[in-house]
Amino acid sequence: MRLRIGGDRLLHVYTWILIAWLVLPIAVMILFGFNDPQGRYNQTWQGFTLKWYGEVFALEALTDALVVSLLVAVATALIAGALGTGIGYALGRWQFRGAGALNLLMFAAIASPELVMGSSLLSLFVSLGAPLGPVSITIAHVMFSVSFVAVVVRARVVTLDRSLEEAAADLGASGWTTFWKVIFPIILPAILSGVMLAFALSIDDFVITNFTAGTTQTFPLWIWGSTRVGLPPQVNVMGTMIFAGGVLLAVLSNVRSRPRRKTA
Amino acid sequence: MTTSPPKSAAHPAIEFVGVRKDYLSHGEAVPAVRSLDLAIGQGEFFSLLGPSGCGKTTTMRMVAGFEEPTAGRVMLDGRDVTGVAPNKRDVNMVFQSYALFPHLTVRQNVAFGLERKKVAKAEITRRVGEMLEIVSLTGMEKRQPREMSGGQQQRVALARALVNHPRALLLDEPLGALDLKLRQQMQIELKRIQREVGITFVYVTHDQGEALTMSDRIAVMNSGLIEQLGSPRDIYERPSTRFVAGFIGTSNLIDGRVSWADQGYAVIDKGSGERVVVPVPGTVPVGRDLEVSVRPEKIDLHRTLPSGVTGSLLSGTVTEVVYHGTSTNYTVATSDGTDLVVFDQNAHDAEDVASRGERVFLTWAPQHSYPIGV
Ligand SMILES: Nc1ncnc2c1ncn2[C@@H]1O[C@H](COP(=O)(O)OP(=O)(O)O)[C@@H](O)[C@H]1O
Ligand SMILES: [Mg+2]
Repeated sequence: MRLRIGGDRLLHVYTWILIAWLVLPIAVMILFGFNDPQGRYNQTWQGFTLKWYGEVFALEALTDALVVSLLVAVATALIAGALGTGIGYALGRWQFRGAGALNLLMFAAIASPELVMGSSLLSLFVSLGAPLGPVSITIAHVMFSVSFVAVVVRARVVTLDRSLEEAAADLGASGWTTFWKVIFPIILPAILSGVMLAFALSIDDFVITNFTAGTTQTFPLWIWGSTRVGLPPQVNVMGTMIFAGGVLLAVLSNVRSRPRRKTA
Repeated sequence: MTTSPPKSAAHPAIEFVGVRKDYLSHGEAVPAVRSLDLAIGQGEFFSLLGPSGCGKTTTMRMVAGFEEPTAGRVMLDGRDVTGVAPNKRDVNMVFQSYALFPHLTVRQNVAFGLERKKVAKAEITRRVGEMLEIVSLTGMEKRQPREMSGGQQQRVALARALVNHPRALLLDEPLGALDLKLRQQMQIELKRIQREVGITFVYVTHDQGEALTMSDRIAVMNSGLIEQLGSPRDIYERPSTRFVAGFIGTSNLIDGRVSWADQGYAVIDKGSGERVVVPVPGTVPVGRDLEVSVRPEKIDLHRTLPSGVTGSLLSGTVTEVVYHGTSTNYTVATSDGTDLVVFDQNAHDAEDVASRGERVFLTWAPQHSYPIGV
């Protein structure tokens, strides 16, 4: 109880430190997208310019890498979203044989180091003779992100009122109709969170992608390759755009899920 | 309003034939409904009344199809529906939690069942509008459940079930979540709606007042069995078992041995002029143990020994006086050690009220008491 005295002030300071910690690197990234560096290195502030925004897609290899990353991320989000929803719903709804094993497996997929997963995936693809490229990257990304979707969906499903399903059946709905007309719309926000999580995990994944990409360049791989020769400001601009897209999605989903005001 | 479906009056709306239901709990069969033979008539307001855990919900869920009987059959309108899936049964349920679809508007909730039956759009609009009028929710079609009060949600749940014109409407403690005032209001409402639509209502409750107010018939259940089946008046005035007498209202039970019997009456002599006179069917042997039930409001309380008493007369000491506005409730310890509760209408002067510790005399007419289980 003694801690309460002055606790408010302390909480404020703590909150601001935390916010600064989270925001500072992003702020630097955004800021240097407006920098006008003289040499190859975009590391010291040399003047304000908007030209990188005009020339954001000027570097063909970088643009190609970004497109690959976006395509892989979208495919991953969709596939992992669909598969994860199925797994999460099944785990949350029924007790079936193998449910325990599946839970364990999902946890293992979330917890296991990316290095381990990446290298074993590489040897799997090589031994199967599967070509490395966008497809193998997507398979790998789905593999590690499906568990996250499933966990998020399961958490929502277990809190669902079971009588909703009974009410639907009582009113004449088949199991299929009940899922699509009742369950799915209710758990959709959770599914969307899972899908966004999968997208975010995929678009900036480096370690596993590095193992499974072959000669394909993704956005993170291209950046890594360019760090030694100096990063062009376009990278900052693209990073800023991805960040802005993420913020926009977060704001939108926040607005959507806020309960509507009572209309008098 | 003719919203009731054509019914074959030849069959009861719902019939249980030798139904038993065991639940498996840790590999052991636990009986929830032991033995049930019951027919519920067309258009009847039927209540299942009993304490928590007596098997009311299980009974109802076997009608809806959410539980299958371990033995026996469930018939709807003369058709055996044992083993038929819930979505293929022509009954609808009002859930205690309402189970409204949170993502749908009131209109969409109410239309859900009709859409499943592929009823034409115009027809759906008409019937939903008509039903919302019956439950007094006109103008709230576009609201979502979370924007409504508990009482309004209750009405939506009711409309969502009734709009389908089911063979029977099943209500599982539907008013349990409402406050007292709203509950009493909804009891009257429900009765009105049931009259209006003419559909069989099966009403589950542990609230005896609710069951007595609304029902045509009541089945009082206790540990998986029906203890008594009858009209509210039957059940209240003539409880047939000790359990029913104790569960419904406040009952006084007096034990004693038959001293003499005659012409449909038995008398239990309590000594020094005190006695209990009770009507019995036929004759009972002298010396038999008898348990007599008498309702608190049937007993008259006297502060002096009344003369010319032909019925029952007992004396005792007032141990408790509780003032209730319209009535005063006394607890009287009689000379044989039984506590009797007496409700006295507050129609007379305040000086007439007996006080604690006072010696009083209790009388009641023979026809106001009943022997239990005779
Ligand atoms: N799904 C179930 N599994 C095991 N036992 C149950 C289940 N549902 C109810 N029971 C048991 O069956 C008995 C009757 O329950 P229920 O029908 O819900 O009673 P009520 O509705 O009268 O309170 C209770 O003893 C309860 O514990
Ligand atoms: Mg119950």
